Amino acid sequence: MGKYIVKRVIAAVITLLVLITVVFFLVRLMPGEPFTSEKLNPIVKENMIKYYGFDKPLIVQYFQYLGNLLHGNLGYSMKFTNKTVNYIIGSTFPYSADLGLRALAIALAFGLLLGILAALNRGNKLDVFCVILAIIGTSIPDFIMGAFLQLVFGIKLKWLPVAQYTDFKHTILPSLSLAFYTMASVSRTMRASMLEVVQQDYIKTARAKGLSNLRITWKHQIRNAIMPVITIMGPTVAAVLTGTFVIESMYAVPGMGKYYVDSTNNNDYSMILGMTVFYGAFLIFCNLLVDILYGVVDPRVRVGK
Amino acid sequence: MSRKKNVRMPSGEVVPVVPDKLDPELFTVVGRNTARMESISRPSLTFWQDAWRRFKKNKPAFIGMILLALYIILAIFAPMLSKYSYTAMDAANRNAGPSLVHWLGCDDTGRDIWVRMWMGARVSLTVGFFAAFINAVVGAILGGLCGYYGGALDMIMMRIVDVLYGIPSLIITILVMVVVGRGVHTLIIAMCIIGWIGSCRFTRGEVYRLKNQDYVAAAKVLGVRDFIIIVRHIIPNIMGMLVTNLCMAIPGAIFQEAFLSYIGLGIAPPNCSWGILAKEGIKLLRVAPHQVLFTAFFICTTMLSLTMIGDGLRDAFDPRLRGTE
Amino acid sequence: MAENTNREKILELKNVVYSFHTYGGIVKAVRDVSFNLYQGEILGIVGESGCGKSVTAQCIMRLNPEPPGFFSSGEILYKGKDVCKMNHKELMELRGTEIGFIFQDPMTSLNPTMRVGKQIEEVFLHHKGMSAEEKKKRAIEVMQKVGISDAERRYKQYPHELSGGMKQRVMIAMALVGNPSVIICDEPTTSLDVTIEAQILELLLRLRKEFNTSIIMITHDLGVIAKLCDRVLVMYGGKIVERGKVQDIFYKTAHPYTQGLMNSIAGLETARDEKLSPIEGTPPDLFSPPKGCPFAARCEYAMKVCNKYPPARVQLTEEHSTSCWLTHELAPKQDLRSRNEKKKEALAARKTAEEKAGKKADSTDSKQEEAAGV
Repeated sequence: MGKYIVKRVIAAVITLLVLITVVFFLVRLMPGEPFTSEKLNPIVKENMIKYYGFDKPLIVQYFQYLGNLLHGNLGYSMKFTNKTVNYIIGSTFPYSADLGLRALAIALAFGLLLGILAALNRGNKLDVFCVILAIIGTSIPDFIMGAFLQLVFGIKLKWLPVAQYTDFKHTILPSLSLAFYTMASVSRTMRASMLEVVQQDYIKTARAKGLSNLRITWKHQIRNAIMPVITIMGPTVAAVLTGTFVIESMYAVPGMGKYYVDSTNNNDYSMILGMTVFYGAFLIFCNLLVDILYGVVDPRVRVGK
Repeated sequence: MSRKKNVRMPSGEVVPVVPDKLDPELFTVVGRNTARMESISRPSLTFWQDAWRRFKKNKPAFIGMILLALYIILAIFAPMLSKYSYTAMDAANRNAGPSLVHWLGCDDTGRDIWVRMWMGARVSLTVGFFAAFINAVVGAILGGLCGYYGGALDMIMMRIVDVLYGIPSLIITILVMVVVGRGVHTLIIAMCIIGWIGSCRFTRGEVYRLKNQDYVAAAKVLGVRDFIIIVRHIIPNIMGMLVTNLCMAIPGAIFQEAFLSYIGLGIAPPNCSWGILAKEGIKLLRVAPHQVLFTAFFICTTMLSLTMIGDGLRDAFDPRLRGTE
Repeated sequence: MAENTNREKILELKNVVYSFHTYGGIVKAVRDVSFNLYQGEILGIVGESGCGKSVTAQCIMRLNPEPPGFFSSGEILYKGKDVCKMNHKELMELRGTEIGFIFQDPMTSLNPTMRVGKQIEEVFLHHKGMSAEEKKKRAIEVMQKVGISDAERRYKQYPHELSGGMKQRVMIAMALVGNPSVIICDEPTTSLDVTIEAQILELLLRLRKEFNTSIIMITHDLGVIAKLCDRVLVMYGGKIVERGKVQDIFYKTAHPYTQGLMNSIAGLETARDEKLSPIEGTPPDLFSPPKGCPFAARCEYAMKVCNKYPPARVQLTEEHSTSCWLTHELAPKQDLRSRNEKKKEALAARKTAEEKAGKKADSTDSKQEEAAGV
């Protein structure tokens, strides 16, 4: 197990390094000289030159940037004068994380539940309902779901607030909008996997041992069926994260996604660079956790091959 | 010793009653019945015939296909046949609801939504199909080469793919869009930069598995050339799965386009795509909700159709379901 | 039933018909099968793939998924109780503790995410109020008994860490741990190599001797049957076509299908350049089984009547019976013994003839001739 984790960590670090490199040079490829725009505030400009080392050759700049990152320094925003990217992330990320975690929790809890129930009741009404819900769910992009929920529960019925993100009531619509697509895909995967596992020989073995249906379902079926769900967890986290980009602006959540989208529209290059690296690192970290979780659940993975 | 009682089969099978006296003529030896002994009573079909037969029987998939075809036809012809231009504004009809004049109403500058919807469909469908197709083909070729030839090429490619696979693709797509600027071509390029990874990994795995099957080994022992092995043994066996994967990737690509356009990185106005229509509609959610509802309807039904077709293809090509109804 | 009734009947199948609903219609997998299993005997069921032998074995424990599987009619009496009518709780008590089952493929029959020791212990879960240590002790005891070396360590391993033979031993330990009266083995050695197969068969024989366990051995390997079984059922197209003691089946073959099976294996008498003769053709389609004898289409002795009426079961001796129209008085007499058997007989006849005639002849001479004859 230890060896497995070390291997995954090394892979994650390499991936992160590649990501940083790609992102750094991509940003430097941008048309014009992004960091010498005339609109730039002189203080910012000074900071930027110090931070990126514009007076030095590109390769030196690259290593200087890496060095800064190593100190946890992500750079300065060009739009929000005098604010560091660290500061902006620090003040907005908690909201995004809160929203994302809520959505992920809803999606996993209900997705798994629906998938399991559908598979156990294969062919009857509950199954049909779950399957239809899953297919519809995976056909609705989250920004459309967001608009729809906002229209129905916020504007027409006036049951729930549609802006701000202060107390529990405010969190319901954004997290549901964000969770729906993921919930549907989790339930689809789980249902298919449950039906696959139930045909396995070892389920028959378990029945031949005289176990109760409940124990067979719980100990033998679900435990093995959950594996494919764990493998899609990486992309799932990524989907929820990118979902926050639109959901946050739709529901006026002061999260990081909104800033990120704004920065891409404002050509706030240094912020794009800093935030992309942060997002990338965050997702790679999540993937690492998923890999480790996979190793915990499936003993076959631990030994490598 | 003749048996007088007939054997009763309780399964509902009709079993002929054995008469008391049997004609001695019945006991002439006829031997094997070569016609019947190999009888597998189902008709033998080629792989593709069987898949198509099962696909046709899959109602949701078939309906999905018809709907998708309808949308494609509308996307081609609807803007041509309408008297409105997708950019022409009409101050008198701002946010007008659906009517006989403007079938789906107008947006906040009085542009006809019916026309804009199908202009948007052109962009969304083109981007979705092209991006998914390019990714699938590039990935399949690279993956196929790696899987079949293995060796150093495979080693290097797989290390690269492993690293790229760990990088969140949408983040890179967003960044590339920022760098190359908005537009249909740049959108497709951005979506293809690391979009081929998934199909590459998949194809490599499948080809590698097939390559080690006994029938390929047998062909090799017989001295069949690599090219023939690939064409005869490998491609027919993975084609079904590749087509299915391609079909499953299209909704994802359409979704990505809509997402990018929504966050302002996809298509530049006044051009439109479904993502832009959704964005404009959502801004007007309080005053003219019909705009977003129409857009949502077309996006969702397209996704739904493609999912249905994808599911149908997957089932049709599933070898485990071969020969079943 | 003319089968011996002195021995204690432990399991009795009466006219069992078992079918499956499928997309293509109803598949009649088991068609009117009846047989008894006695205390302490090893009963072989032999037949080619798809003849219904596995389904028969699994429906004894109701292991076939229901639906799509269902009993159309018949009774399965285990110690006098009808398995077909049991509820879930009664079935749980039957499985594991009363009847143990060893599956064909040990590679896929173990749960990959559970330690093998735990998997063995699970049998006790609903049956006895045992402490965790007792369970573990018992599991390790049984693991040692089935020849798993270093059982303490193996107990904690996962299936993927064990070899195929070890996995099959784990499967056997699982079937034994509840001390069942009947063990059903569904081709337990098919996926193993020959040395392991011999060890496993040895183990089964030992078990029978030690505990007087009844064993049902399902196989398509006549070698396994010869080594292990007391009585044999030959199944074809969902029916039992011939049954009898091992000696009856091997030496007094009375059904063309059994003859075909015998002829398709090599014996000591088979000459080096002699071709083995497989049974031509494929088994009947059980969606719409033929109305006459299921084997008629592939049978070289087939008569018109075979395609028209199903043959009835005919008792040849007390233990030996067959379902074939050739037993009818009007049918031409055919020698159904296997080729090897005929050859052996011819050899023996010649030997006696030689011995009779040639007391004067050199013994070395006759030996040479004999060798040439083979």
